[in-house]
Amino acid sequence: MSASLTAKDYTTSQEVRWCPGCGDYAILKTMTRVLADVGAERENTVFISGIGCSSRFPYYVETYGFHTIHGRAPAVATGLKLANPELDIWVVTGDGDGLSIGANHLLHALRRNISLKILLFNNEIYGLTKGQYSPTSRIGTRSPSSPGGSFDAPVSPGLYALGSGARFIARAIDVDRTGLAGVLEAAHGYDGGAFVEIFQNCIVYNEDVFESFAGREHAAERQLHVRHGEPLVFGAGDSKGLRFDTGKMALELIDARERADEVLVHDETNATLAQLLLAMEAPEMPVALGVIYRVEDETFEAAFYDNHPTGFKRTGKVADALRNTNTWTVE
Amino acid sequence: MVSGMSAKHQELHEPSVVVRFAGDSGDGVQLMGTQFVSSTALAGSDFATFPDYPAEIRAPAGTTFGVSAYQINLGAGPITTAGDAPQMLVAFNPAALKVSLPLIADGAAIIVNTTSFTRRGLSKAGYDEDPRSDGSLDGYQLIEVDITRLTLETVKPFGLSKSDAGRCKNFWALGLVQWMFGLDLDAIERWINTKFASKESVREANLAALHAGNAYGETAALAAAVPQLDVRKAKFEPGEYRGVRGGEALSLGLAAAGELADRPIVFCSYPITPASPLLHQLARLGKLGVGVFQAEDEIAAVCAAIGASFGGAIGVTSSSGPGIALKTEAIGLAINAELPLLIIDSQRGGPSTGLPTKTEQSDLYQAVYGRNADAPVPVVAARSPSDCFDVAIEAARIALRHMTPVFVMTDGYLANAAEPWLIPDMDTYEPIEVNTLAKKPADDVQTAVFERHPKTFGRPWVSPGMPNLMHRIGGLEKDIHTGHISYEAENHQAMSQLRADKVQSVANFIPEQGVEVGPSEGAVAVVGWGSTYGALYQAVRRVARINDRVSHIHIRHINPFPPNLGELLGGFDRIIVPEMNMGQLATLLRDKLGVETVQFNKVTGQPFLIQEVIDFVLDQLADVTGEESRPRIVHGEPT
Repeated sequence: MSASLTAKDYTTSQEVRWCPGCGDYAILKTMTRVLADVGAERENTVFISGIGCSSRFPYYVETYGFHTIHGRAPAVATGLKLANPELDIWVVTGDGDGLSIGANHLLHALRRNISLKILLFNNEIYGLTKGQYSPTSRIGTRSPSSPGGSFDAPVSPGLYALGSGARFIARAIDVDRTGLAGVLEAAHGYDGGAFVEIFQNCIVYNEDVFESFAGREHAAERQLHVRHGEPLVFGAGDSKGLRFDTGKMALELIDARERADEVLVHDETNATLAQLLLAMEAPEMPVALGVIYRVEDETFEAAFYDNHPTGFKRTGKVADALRNTNTWTVE
Repeated sequence: MVSGMSAKHQELHEPSVVVRFAGDSGDGVQLMGTQFVSSTALAGSDFATFPDYPAEIRAPAGTTFGVSAYQINLGAGPITTAGDAPQMLVAFNPAALKVSLPLIADGAAIIVNTTSFTRRGLSKAGYDEDPRSDGSLDGYQLIEVDITRLTLETVKPFGLSKSDAGRCKNFWALGLVQWMFGLDLDAIERWINTKFASKESVREANLAALHAGNAYGETAALAAAVPQLDVRKAKFEPGEYRGVRGGEALSLGLAAAGELADRPIVFCSYPITPASPLLHQLARLGKLGVGVFQAEDEIAAVCAAIGASFGGAIGVTSSSGPGIALKTEAIGLAINAELPLLIIDSQRGGPSTGLPTKTEQSDLYQAVYGRNADAPVPVVAARSPSDCFDVAIEAARIALRHMTPVFVMTDGYLANAAEPWLIPDMDTYEPIEVNTLAKKPADDVQTAVFERHPKTFGRPWVSPGMPNLMHRIGGLEKDIHTGHISYEAENHQAMSQLRADKVQSVANFIPEQGVEVGPSEGAVAVVGWGSTYGALYQAVRRVARINDRVSHIHIRHINPFPPNLGELLGGFDRIIVPEMNMGQLATLLRDKLGVETVQFNKVTGQPFLIQEVIDFVLDQLADVTGEESRPRIVHGEPT
């Protein structure tokens, strides 16, 4: 049993090589703490990554790890999960790795519902290649490859995941230990593929890009921590809430105390609500955090084994299979 | 003996019959071919077959680009190719006749389905005049049979729709062909009974068509027109036989590799012509410990296979040239991570999309050289449909022994060609050893996981799930001892050397290069690889009857070459390299062994003909020896 392990037991001897102040440190720290808290068996835990700053992650976690190639971590992880479905597999990716070069694999991993816990560190910039704009960069992002400001529209990771058929979508902020730990524990406990977007601050190339809602002074007014079955309220003293404007088919901000009976209650199984929540952007609306969408469904690995004629066990002999056709004997 | 044939020519000829069935994609020609083959096999003939089908699934009916054909070479053998020029053609429509005519032998018997020789049918095939009446079939034995009409009459009592009734014509024609070869109908009847067990009227109609075609042959009025052909029985080694296509043998070989290593096979693939049959075959071998994952693309397929290998299964991916190109980066990852991986390359005509359904051997550069940086990989090539079985096992053995990706080269011809196969005895195969790390290492796990065998350079195969052996692998350069990331200059030099040494070390575990036909030194060596085996073997075997200084050498292990290959080739005055590419093995021989060769390159999308190899070899022999050893050769002379 691994129950007695601490966060330190999940930390390797490798020197961490992220920039000082990088949001990745906070994520790593929370991750190892969560692994200890959930009693993860180190030999049955695997971190798989692609390429980018975030993809250094596996080197620092004392479990099995595989630092693969750009964008392909979900595909490698899929093969591993099929070979050994008992493993707890975490995929660590970024906005470039997961939504640009590897967006295809992300889509397919999510629509299949293979039980990978996919953590997408979104910093809206290419860090490791020194600061070019990424597929999540906002229009106008100035970077070495867009000196006049980027002009292609960004993709929303959460909406992409929902459109891909993800059954579990959650969001957290790198330095929000409580929120992030809650989301990681939920992902770990979920029986299926989990997609977690982590707003991660790149201190060098895109500092404070999430400041409008992640900053300490904005947290209360612009973060909506959703909980299944509870009203969608936020702000000082839960003074603000969301209601569904049926005329506009959109979410509307209302005073949660005056119109308490109109405030929506979070239903994590409602895909339409998830879409509306994921689309909210600061500062006009709060940013939804926590487990936004979660439904139960058959996992791909379960279906793979169930549909395999022998549950992927070797029950036959090649010697017999060779003769499983018309044969003739020459005397 | 055919009159007018010189004695020498007779020596170069072998009695066999080449038959070609050709029709529309929807005419059931492929089925007709496979059914014909199964009865010739049961009758004791040696055979080789090759389907030649269009890239279009259902091209417009009656057009030349929609013609689907199936060629069979049968006789006493040894038969090693589907034959050069067919001596018998069954053409279901004018387009099939038009496409096949340039291929068939002078004097060949041509059975045409006259029902389809309407003005419209002729025009669709691009005929201005009816070839039956304009003299273009002079010199052939034309047999005109109203196949469709006769079939429709035969099956009328069974109440099928007109299109279903028409579909019985392949069995009608097969019945006639069976009569011509004196083959009985039992095996075909059994097949029809099983296949259409749940469709009574279809079953009865097809049986009736088969018998009607057979009876037609016997009809007195036609006995003179329809030739009866006697195919000699082959002298087979005693034992139990079956027919096998390359794709089948390869899939069974992969399953056998899993059995011999006692590891699951995880086959990850994305559909592509002509590699897809392997995916289909393996999807049916679940009982043998095979799991099949159809990935979203070629890259995902190879990556999933690598993930499976990390997890302790034998990861296999398969594609054709364009798909292999996409997998390239991931193959480098497997090299760097020192994981086993099998990459099956069913080669086709290229570059780019090229000729998807036509065969070529043009991915050799890609397999041997085609990756970024110094990234050596062992490469083995299958020579015949049944050989695919052993090559798959051999490739897995190399992959697990040396902990490396291994390329298996096959092609569109091998995948689809069929031949009789003496069923191998699984007890004669050595188990495939897996490198293990027996107990928890005293020092750093990461170091122990990268402690390599001194002779194979293979590291232990340690997978997630194994207690106390947690470690990290990846695509970054790693320290040669500790396995941790290292950017040290000396270390990269040492690791690059290690990767080269590892692949080179495979040469110490493979058999010496032998000679297929002829002496081990002489005037001319014909050196080939892959699916050209059959044509080269036959050509050299026949030339060897009139010249004892010619040999055939066929290379299975292409990277690394067998250690004695250079010395062996040094014993010949001239090396001829026939290849279905522009000279890739020739380059490799020059590169690795400094051997200069004479190239014979064929890139028509069709396999070599025995005759064209004979002609080339005779010319070269004459040139080398200064003697005229060349008899007059008449192409495609019937037996």
